[in-house]
Amino acid sequence: MKSKISTAFDICKKEKRPALITYTVAGDNTKDNSLKILNKISKHADILECGFPHNTPIADGGQIQGSAYRALKNGTKLKDVFHIVKKFKKKNPSKPLVLMGYFNLIYQCGENNFLKNCKKSGVDGLIIVDLPYPENKDFANKCKKKSITFIQLLSPTTSKERMKKIIKDSHEMLYYISMLSTTGGKLKVSPKKILENYNKIKRINPKKNLVIGFGITDKTISSLKSANGLVVGSMLCKIIANSLKMRQNPVTNLDKVVYNLKNKIL
Amino acid sequence: MKLKIKKGVPLIDQHDKNFMYGGKFGGNFIPETLKKPIDDLTKLFSKLRKDKKFLKERDYHFKNYIGAPTPFIKLENLTDHLGGAQIYAKVVSEANGGAHKIYNATVHCLIAKKAGKKFIVGDTGAGYAGKMLSMAAKKFGLKCKIFMGSKDIKRQRPNVEAMKKNGAEIVPVTTGSQTLVDAVSECMRYWVANCDTTHMCVGSTVGPNIFVKICAWSTAQISRELMIQVKEEFGKVPKKMKLLNCVGGGSSAMGFWNEFMDTDAQFIGIEAGGPKNSKLHAAPLTNGSKIGILHGSAQYVIQDNEGQIGRTESISAGLDYPGISSLHCFLKDSKRAKYTSASDEEALNAYKLVSKFENISPSLEPSHAFAEAIKLAPKLKSSDVIIVNSCGDSLKDKDIIKQKLGSYTR
Repeated sequence: MKSKISTAFDICKKEKRPALITYTVAGDNTKDNSLKILNKISKHADILECGFPHNTPIADGGQIQGSAYRALKNGTKLKDVFHIVKKFKKKNPSKPLVLMGYFNLIYQCGENNFLKNCKKSGVDGLIIVDLPYPENKDFANKCKKKSITFIQLLSPTTSKERMKKIIKDSHEMLYYISMLSTTGGKLKVSPKKILENYNKIKRINPKKNLVIGFGITDKTISSLKSANGLVVGSMLCKIIANSLKMRQNPVTNLDKVVYNLKNKIL
Repeated sequence: MKLKIKKGVPLIDQHDKNFMYGGKFGGNFIPETLKKPIDDLTKLFSKLRKDKKFLKERDYHFKNYIGAPTPFIKLENLTDHLGGAQIYAKVVSEANGGAHKIYNATVHCLIAKKAGKKFIVGDTGAGYAGKMLSMAAKKFGLKCKIFMGSKDIKRQRPNVEAMKKNGAEIVPVTTGSQTLVDAVSECMRYWVANCDTTHMCVGSTVGPNIFVKICAWSTAQISRELMIQVKEEFGKVPKKMKLLNCVGGGSSAMGFWNEFMDTDAQFIGIEAGGPKNSKLHAAPLTNGSKIGILHGSAQYVIQDNEGQIGRTESISAGLDYPGISSLHCFLKDSKRAKYTSASDEEALNAYKLVSKFENISPSLEPSHAFAEAIKLAPKLKSSDVIIVNSCGDSLKDKDIIKQKLGSYTR
């Protein structure tokens, strides 16, 4: 059976546009609001990435650190993350949702136990920032057995030889990090250069759905339209931070922003 | 499964193909972007450590720049006062800059030059790692950036001033607990974004495996010197000899013990117990913390049930770290080394006693080790030997000591 992630990409390809992938953190700024945000923006986004917060995130920039901090401060635990996912999936059963985070939380939960909870709540895929290839092979296989997509990451520093190996062992979706940066950095490479790299990776295996992330905002998203998918994360976390600062509702503000992002890639 | 240390093989090389010690400590839990820079560094280092020219260069700088060997002295007055074991100190604080951190800093600068990098970044807690890196960077013509928690910037002022004097840029880290743990995270983030032009120096035997290796390989100079000095003093390695060293990240202890790995010498590591009655101790080995992943490496680490890294509190910024080197985890589980902790108060008292009786002035980090020596010595016989690594000088702690004890003389 085709995964919900594959189906989402198929639909986008038919509509000749990239998939819009959003990243927000479970529990930011409250548990309820983060669920409301997922429900609202799922009308515009094709795949939802949901971060499970960690307090020592070594690859995240200020905005996502801020989101994780807010989520942890209001007591968000892993069980809350699964609860939020479960409620979301109940309302939006066909919308793919990917959890993203750091390995220590999985390690403490136990890999099998974590995957059991993913399955129970309806998680479709996983991105684990600090579990690179080939160390992630065993875990990726466990995911596959549970029909959960393990999304491998590729970066501008990944050699071609290594890329081939990663792609060979990858599931249906891959994530290309646009530039050398933590999340939320200013796009310091031209979209043309990013797409050049993107196309090199695509040529290795055109069948894999390849998405681009890091440094993508409403200003840059339309210039990368030819990719299979585009991830916007830090910009959304920033909207939440700014909404709180201005005493505005982060849910409605995010809804508007994601709607605009979608319009830019149609 | 009981872990075992192999004889005749450097401890840093006793890992599996995933760079794990004993199958469960260490490794490289890093973002994909860092895979290549870390692979490159791993290859370069394994080449350099076999390169006679590079070794000669290292030894030249260790001798002429750092000052080798550092003194090995008997603490006669302290021994007489306490009664029992003979107490000695390896006065590593006599090294250029005032602490063992200079070994790692110098080697990293030499490697950065070989790698053709013009920029070097590092983290610091007590400020020693940062001060030494800024010194070495200046000497070897590298531009240097140091990440330091804002709390530590306040409490380790003398080292901050030294770094500035050396021309380093200090980046205050205001996230989390604003101490070493956050400085390391921020430094790693910076490296993720700048790894094409910049070399990273991790200030202790922590972080991804290659940094554990380079640091332990560098500080091993301490025990290379000590082995010769011990044989000169006693004719051989004494049967009942204890090597006491404070452990935060664990770099000075690894260097202090390395050459004695295959001897009968007993190793005792002393962690930071924090203020009396505090629960925010920085002693993951003593207090049975669970294995977790911090800064790219699996280790015993202070954390909650979910895996959120715990806060720590210690009077000594250099020991104020929730994790511990994967090598020390390996030594603990294989029972090669024992670990205990000393409280802030015990460390201060030890500082007071040692600086009163002897002509050395240990910083608050080695004062933790002296606290254990003071506890142990009276229980032992005069045939027993205790050697403490006095790995840092108290000058950087003058503000804290003045505040806690009323005065500071040096």
